[in-house]
Amino acid sequence: MLRARNVWWILALIVLGLFPLIETNPTWTTIGVFALIFMACATSWNMFSGYSGYINLGSAVSYGVGAYTMALLADHLHVPGNGDLFWLIPVGGVAAMIVAVPVGLVALRVRRHTFVVITIAIFFVFQLSAINFSFTGGTSGLQLPLIPWLETNYNKPFYYSALAITVFAALLSAAVRRSRFGLQLLAIRDDEDRAAGLGVKVFAVKLTGFTMSAFVVGMGGALYAVFLGQIYPQFVFDPIFDISIALMSILGGLGTLTGPLLGALVLESMQQYLTIRFSNGSLYLIIFGALFLVIILFMPQGVVVALSDLRSRRAARRVEGARVVMGKAS
Amino acid sequence: MTTLLSVERVSKAFGGLQALDECSLSVEKGSITGLIGPNGSGKTTLFNVITGYEKPDSGSVSFEGAEITRAGPSKVFALGVGRTFQITRIFVRLSVLENMLVATQRDEGWLRGLTRSKSSKSELVSAMEWLDFVGIGHLASQPAGSLSFGQRKLLELAYVLVADPDVILLDEPAGGVNLTLINEIAERIQSLNKSGKSFLIVEHNMEFVMNLCDRVTVMHQGTDLVSGTPSEIRNDPLVLDAYLGGSDDDETEEAS
Repeated sequence: MLRARNVWWILALIVLGLFPLIETNPTWTTIGVFALIFMACATSWNMFSGYSGYINLGSAVSYGVGAYTMALLADHLHVPGNGDLFWLIPVGGVAAMIVAVPVGLVALRVRRHTFVVITIAIFFVFQLSAINFSFTGGTSGLQLPLIPWLETNYNKPFYYSALAITVFAALLSAAVRRSRFGLQLLAIRDDEDRAAGLGVKVFAVKLTGFTMSAFVVGMGGALYAVFLGQIYPQFVFDPIFDISIALMSILGGLGTLTGPLLGALVLESMQQYLTIRFSNGSLYLIIFGALFLVIILFMPQGVVVALSDLRSRRAARRVEGARVVMGKAS
Repeated sequence: MTTLLSVERVSKAFGGLQALDECSLSVEKGSITGLIGPNGSGKTTLFNVITGYEKPDSGSVSFEGAEITRAGPSKVFALGVGRTFQITRIFVRLSVLENMLVATQRDEGWLRGLTRSKSSKSELVSAMEWLDFVGIGHLASQPAGSLSFGQRKLLELAYVLVADPDVILLDEPAGGVNLTLINEIAERIQSLNKSGKSFLIVEHNMEFVMNLCDRVTVMHQGTDLVSGTPSEIRNDPLVLDAYLGGSDDDETEEAS
C-alpha cells in the first residue's frame, strides 16, 4: 500500500520534471513556474495553518519579505543578472523567517477568528510600509537585474528552482506530519488547552510552525521577484495571494499532504490560463468563487478527503456485497 | 505521610464573583482525597488554579515542596500533576493511539519534538498497556471522535496515566457514566492507588466518594468548610447545612 503511494509520488515528480523539456512554449512553462511557486507556498502554508487550525490570512507578509529581500540584496550586493541570483532565494526564505518571529509573537497570542483578523491587519501594515518607505521604492517598486537569457530557455532554471522548492516543501510537510512536533500541532488544532495540560509547550510549538512555514513562502516570493524582474508592493504584498493560498489548501483538503499540492496546481494553472485566454485579469475570481461554493457545499473537507472517503465507502460496500453473495451461497 | 500537593489560602475572583476565598487543601502522598461541595462552590476553579489554567489572586500552590502557583499548564503537567476535565476533552480528529502519544513525554523539550518521530517503540507499548488497562485497547486505531461518552472518559484517564504523573486530579470521573462503568473506574483508581498514585477527586456521587476516599474536603462558597475521614464528614452538621440548607428533614435522607 505504502509502496503504491510512493510510486504515484515518483510518477508525479517525473511528469513535473519532464514537462519543460517536452513543452517548450514559454506561455505554458510560465504557467508551470507560477503553478509550482503556488504549490510550494500552499504546501508550506498548510504545514502550519492546516495542521494547527490557525488560519493565517497574512502569508503574503512572508512572500513579500522574501521578494523584497531578493530585490534589495541583489541591488546592494551588485549581483549580476545571471544564475547567481538564485543563490539569494534561501536568503529570502531566512529573512521571511526572521520577520515571522515578531509577527508570530503578536498574532499567536490570540486564537481562531481573532487570529485571522490580526494576521490580515499585520499584512496591511506590511503592504502600507512597502508603499510608503523610500528604501522599498514606494509604489514604483524595485527593479531586479535583467537576466539576458534566450526566451526559449529562459523559464527552465526558474521552473526547476520552483520544482526544487516544491519538493522541499512537500518533504518538510511530510516529515512534520510524522514527527512528534506535527502531532503536537494537530493536538493544538483539536484542543489547545488540553494539549497544554498534557505537557505540550503550545506557544513554542505554534511559533516554530509559523516560522518554518514562512521560510518556504519567503523562498517562493524571492523566486517570484527574480522571475518577474520587477516588483511592486501590490504584487508581492497581495491580499489575493493570502486568500488564494488558503483557498487552494481548503479546496484540496486542509491538513492533508496532497490537497494543497493539487489545489494549487489546478487553481493557479487555471487562473493563469484564463487570464491569458480571455485577457481578463479578474475572470478567474468569478470562477474561483463559484468553485469554492460548490466545494464548501458538497465536500467541506476538501477534494482529497472527499475522494478517499468515497473510495473507502466503495471498498466497504464491496466487502458488504461479497458477504451477501456468500450468505446466499451457504 | 508527607504532603504531596498543598493549596494555601488561595483566592480567585471573576469580576464581582469570589470563586475562591482563602481556600486551603492538601493531598497526602499515596492517598485518595475527595473534594465535594454544592454546585458553584469553586471545585473546578480550584482544579484550574492547581493545574495552571487560572492564576490565583492570592495564596499559593505547592507540589512536592516546590511552589507552582504561577506555572502554566504544561509546566505543572511536566512536574507530575495530571488532570481530567469535567466535560471530557480529547483530540477528536486524532486516533485513540495518537491521543495517547500526545502525552507520553510529559517533560520533553519542544525542540526535541522536531527531530523525533511521533512515537518510540517503548512509548507505543506503554500507550497500548494503558489503553488495555482502561479497557479500550481494541479501539486504538479508531478516530477518537467516534468514541462514546464513557469511552472518552476512559481515554482521558488513560492518556493522563501514560505520562506517569504522581498525583491525578479527576473532575467528576463518575459523572454521566453508567453504574457498571462507575464501579470499573473505582476499581481502576483503587488499583492505581495501591501502586503508589495519589488522587484528588471531585465527585457528586456520594457513594463513590465515601467508598473510595481516605479523606474528604468539603467546599462551600469558595472556601474549604471541613476536612476529615468520610465517616467524620458524613456526620458533620456543617456539611449537612451546606448541602441541604439546614433542613432537619433532609438530614435523615442524606444519612441513608
